[in-house]
Amino acid sequence: MSLWNKHAIFEKNSIVLTVGILVVVSIGGLVEIAPLFYLRSTIEKVEGVRPYTPLELAGRAIYVREGCYNCHSQMVRPLRDEVERYGHYSLAAESMYDKPFQWGSKRTGPDLARVGGKYSDEWHVAHLANPRSIVPQSIMPGYAFLARAEIRPEQVEGHLRSNRLGGVPYTDEQIANALTDLRAQVNPDSPHVQALQVRYPGATVRAFGGNPAATINGTVTEMDALVAYLQVLGTMVDFRTYDARANMR
Amino acid sequence: MAVQPEIDPATGRTTTGHEWDGIKELNSPLPKWWLYIFYATIVWSIGYWVVYPAWPLVTNYTKGAFGYSSRQEVVRDLDALRALRAERSTALASTPLEEIARNPTLLTFALAQGKAAFGDNCAPCHGLSATGSRGFPNLRDDSWLWGGGIQDIHQTIAYGVRTADDRSRQGVMPALGGPNGVLKTDEIVTVANYVRSLSGQSTRPGADLAKGKELFIANCAACHGEDGRGNRDLGAPNLTGHNWVYGSDEKTIIETITQGRGAVMPGWAGRLDETTVKALAVYVHALGGGQ
Repeated sequence: MSLWNKHAIFEKNSIVLTVGILVVVSIGGLVEIAPLFYLRSTIEKVEGVRPYTPLELAGRAIYVREGCYNCHSQMVRPLRDEVERYGHYSLAAESMYDKPFQWGSKRTGPDLARVGGKYSDEWHVAHLANPRSIVPQSIMPGYAFLARAEIRPEQVEGHLRSNRLGGVPYTDEQIANALTDLRAQVNPDSPHVQALQVRYPGATVRAFGGNPAATINGTVTEMDALVAYLQVLGTMVDFRTYDARANMR
Repeated sequence: MAVQPEIDPATGRTTTGHEWDGIKELNSPLPKWWLYIFYATIVWSIGYWVVYPAWPLVTNYTKGAFGYSSRQEVVRDLDALRALRAERSTALASTPLEEIARNPTLLTFALAQGKAAFGDNCAPCHGLSATGSRGFPNLRDDSWLWGGGIQDIHQTIAYGVRTADDRSRQGVMPALGGPNGVLKTDEIVTVANYVRSLSGQSTRPGADLAKGKELFIANCAACHGEDGRGNRDLGAPNLTGHNWVYGSDEKTIIETITQGRGAVMPGWAGRLDETTVKALAVYVHALGGGQ
């Protein structure tokens, strides 16, 4: 019964037991999580993925604030039916600048990983304001207030800064121009559009929230931001040139 | 601790020596069936390590004897699916749009594929039954903004409306109102009433329809035609019919003239494969309004 006697040490001392549990659980955690930080194949090398523009980032914050993730995932799993419906399965690289990521499998609504470009801006604006005006069978709540809520300009720069703390490689230049870039992205006539597109290659510029008159004055609504974010989802990687065989795993 | 284990007189088993308020715990062995299944799962896990990806190494990981990869598997599944559909997909790809309807097998295939793709991609805007909603055209009626022939429908689906693609449908209803607008507010009301008269709708008492016509010819006829019957090359709707994209009430018409319209439909050629776009064209054409 010598083994039993040793075991009794754990059973009779709660601190020893707690430490013992921690050691055992962390072995499991270390084996599963730690390798992801150094394995080459964890994040594929992919062309085209860039940090979000200030406008898209503001939209992402609204997405998280409103709890969209409670019903919508952003992860096309490598399964036939998902690829058939949503397009190419999601790559880890596509969410490498997402802090935090929006993966998941809880889908009360459809997956949004590739919703960018699938519908028009008008659709998003009308649908967000009152989903049932367009999709009668929808159970999504309405978000009409987004069109009236202005993005607070003083928060824009700090938002990029905090993302940089989390590991998103925003440059000092991008942070310094955050507010200009935010306003330029909703106003195609802005003189700052070109600089925006140099800082964020492939960024599209238009009045996403469908209110061109307001955007010319520098007013950016939460609707502009959220629609800009939705319209960029899943569009950064060009899958016509992406080599899937190089990243089989 | 050389303690002699105590034997419980009632069961004949040893006790653990723990005692709580006079109650002692029996040291019962685990059931044999449970213990052997537990050992078997340990042995199974070793087999699992051998055949499936398991252990992280320095920069890589063990791939396993089966070489399993979830991404490889989905490629295989999709290849199998393509192979299953290959015969009819090839036939669909090589048959000109107009001739698909003459081959019943091919038509059934195209309609089935078109219906599935419509539900996934088109229904959010145009509705599950394709009857549309405000700003999103009904695809079941005879009114077509860009043409109802199967080739026209195919082009619209493939390249979209007012997208960045050169082959997309272009043409914008400009804003005629506003502070710098071509028309003043009262002129817009006059034109709006004339436009309503074109489709036989009631007009505001005292509306100057002659003046409305004059303004219409000067500002609207270039796209909508002098008779208001529209122009499909520009996506200018027929204003003499009963089908309206945004609505035919006076308020909506005034809004349309004042702020203009320029709705966008995404192009699908990049998102869906060629046969799916073709199947969608066949499906939409067959909904009832195809010409």
